Amino acid sequence: MRIAVLAGGRTPERDVSLRSGHRVMASFIERGHDAWLIDPGEGPLVETLEERRPEMCYLALHGKEGEDGTVQRLLDLLRLPYTGTAAFDCEIAFDKVLAKDALRRAGVSTPEWVVIEGWALRDLGGGAALGAAIERVGLPCVVKPSRSGSALGVGFVDREQDVPNAVMAALSFSGAAVIEAKVDGTEVAAGFAGSPLDALPLVEIAPKSGVFDYAARYTAGATEYYTPARLDGAVEAATVDEARRAAQALALRDLTRVDLIVDRRGRPWVLEVNVSPGMTETSLLPMAAQAAGMSLSDLCDRILRAGAARMRES
Amino acid sequence: MAEFSIDRFVDRYAERTSGMSASEVRALFAVASRPEVISLAGGMPYVEALPADLISEVVAEVLRDLASTALQYGSGQGDLRLRERLAMLMAEEGLEGDPDDIVVTTGAQQALDLLGKIFIDPGDTIAVEAPAYVGALGAFGAYQPRYLTIEVDADGMVVEQLEEALFRGERPKFVYTVPNFGNPAGVTMSHERREDLVALCREAGIPIIEDNPYGLLRFEGLPLPCLKTLDPHNVIYLGTVSKTFSPGVRVGWALAEASVAQRLVLAKEAADLCGSNLNMLLTERWFSDDDRWRSVSAGLVQTYRSRRDAMLEAIEEHVPDAATWTKPQGGFFVWVTLPAWLDTKALLAAAVERRVAYVPGTAFYPDGRGASQMRLAFCYPTEERIREGVARLGGLLSDEAQLYRSLRG
Repeated sequence: MRIAVLAGGRTPERDVSLRSGHRVMASFIERGHDAWLIDPGEGPLVETLEERRPEMCYLALHGKEGEDGTVQRLLDLLRLPYTGTAAFDCEIAFDKVLAKDALRRAGVSTPEWVVIEGWALRDLGGGAALGAAIERVGLPCVVKPSRSGSALGVGFVDREQDVPNAVMAALSFSGAAVIEAKVDGTEVAAGFAGSPLDALPLVEIAPKSGVFDYAARYTAGATEYYTPARLDGAVEAATVDEARRAAQALALRDLTRVDLIVDRRGRPWVLEVNVSPGMTETSLLPMAAQAAGMSLSDLCDRILRAGAARMRES
Repeated sequence: MAEFSIDRFVDRYAERTSGMSASEVRALFAVASRPEVISLAGGMPYVEALPADLISEVVAEVLRDLASTALQYGSGQGDLRLRERLAMLMAEEGLEGDPDDIVVTTGAQQALDLLGKIFIDPGDTIAVEAPAYVGALGAFGAYQPRYLTIEVDADGMVVEQLEEALFRGERPKFVYTVPNFGNPAGVTMSHERREDLVALCREAGIPIIEDNPYGLLRFEGLPLPCLKTLDPHNVIYLGTVSKTFSPGVRVGWALAEASVAQRLVLAKEAADLCGSNLNMLLTERWFSDDDRWRSVSAGLVQTYRSRRDAMLEAIEEHVPDAATWTKPQGGFFVWVTLPAWLDTKALLAAAVERRVAYVPGTAFYPDGRGASQMRLAFCYPTEERIREGVARLGGLLSDEAQLYRSLRG
């Protein structure tokens, strides 16, 4: 098959995406496909795609544009099939404000949260409501940009007086910030691949610094991973189930990673979902696949088949 | 159950690598280097100003006349012809140096690493300016020092602070300073402070490392004597052709007492045997034609001066009143101090979103300070781009102030 792997782009996750993209491309080539990499950050995407129309686009873009439905819409317009979640569903999944709401409506447990819009702060004096927001969520809390990946702009806050700065930091990455209750427990990632989505073994994340931030994610050796996660059998099943319900609620396709925390009582909480999980040498989805006896190449093949089956149906 | 460690050597690395980790700022710079972003971040010399035809001639000349030397290993100390030429370059700033006491290094950056290697044992104290050149902190940091930080004001390093520290019993292995148009602060050490610093260190027996990459890039005012001129014995001087010629040739040097120079040569040979003869000879040839290098260098100074002016005017116009900034008389950088509530590291993402980039202040302190400061470089972008970049930054800072007022009431 002739496959264009889209990776790179213009976001802070550019380098991570390129690393994902190169590995995915190499695994397609290994399987005998004609695969090449397109970096939308390097040239005009539409022209490049039209020039050498691929039979399938594999989306290894991370962050805005690649995960928020922008590129997906463009591909729909060009009638080019792609792997992963559909444009509109990407838009919801990538935006924590929309995604958390959709999860709650579907009955998926996600930590209590409040949304702070940048424009409301600037133009409506919304800062006065911050006290009420903190009261609702409680301390400690986590402040996140509504639309950003790789934990960029995420702040963990223990004291009320530190919330404003964390909000400003999050708003640097996105137009809105989400203040979320901090759940203590075991951090796990639930990977899914294929069509229908098949659960991969849970990966337990144990950052040495205690916080799974950007450095802990991308510095080799800064985090220990256990797979399957060191959870009691029933808790593990409930966690996978909760993650699957999240993926279904958000209509995710082909591949996804759902990040959760399992609290001290064994209850899973969905923190966020990723429509384009990393495929780098330090990424969780390939690690989960490996634990299930799948190589990266097997994993990519599975994702590709899911996309191709959909293409045939349409 | 399998325990996955991404890096199977994780328990084998040396302790000194513990500070080497992935960073958000690095990730943002990947975006900041895109053409649509006006980068006021990097301190890249404006090499486009170098006349390509003249450079080609020099390269051809070296390969025609000196190929067998240029393509061969060389001496660890560096080619003698080049060292003689470098002595002449130092004389431009009134500094006398014997070519025998010069060690040519791969940029002055390698000299910093070698000095770290020969002076610092883990836990040793070294004195650095606050803020200090980030590359020096990186080079020294690998040798696990403890830092004694000395504040910088408009007249450079506040020598009284060093004096007080010595009085308290601090005994740094050396004092590191960039006295002319320092990176990042852009300030220059006054004549009086220079005299005070060399006297203080001479008396205490503490060597000074004088890093002088920007000395010949003075836009106005009278040149001040090198610390090495004031005290030839106690000062280790570092020079480079990166700013007056090309950073791509990677030619820097150390001028030091014979005993130090000898150790540097041994350390250099252990590190990389010798520098690139090709680059050394190319550099020597470039500086052999007095009129040629002087006119190119003067053109560079002229360009940098106009860019500095453009930046200072734009800051004056666009940056909110609550900020303060330095007014460099040379070099590449303006150092901006913003209200304490601003976090320049967090703000960088928003800046890049608005297509402008800078370096957050924390990079220049070994102790986490500098959160509300930023370094702006005027060396590389055109005047027009500098004005536009500063305007974008100013707009962002105003918006942030509005946010802050809303959040803090």
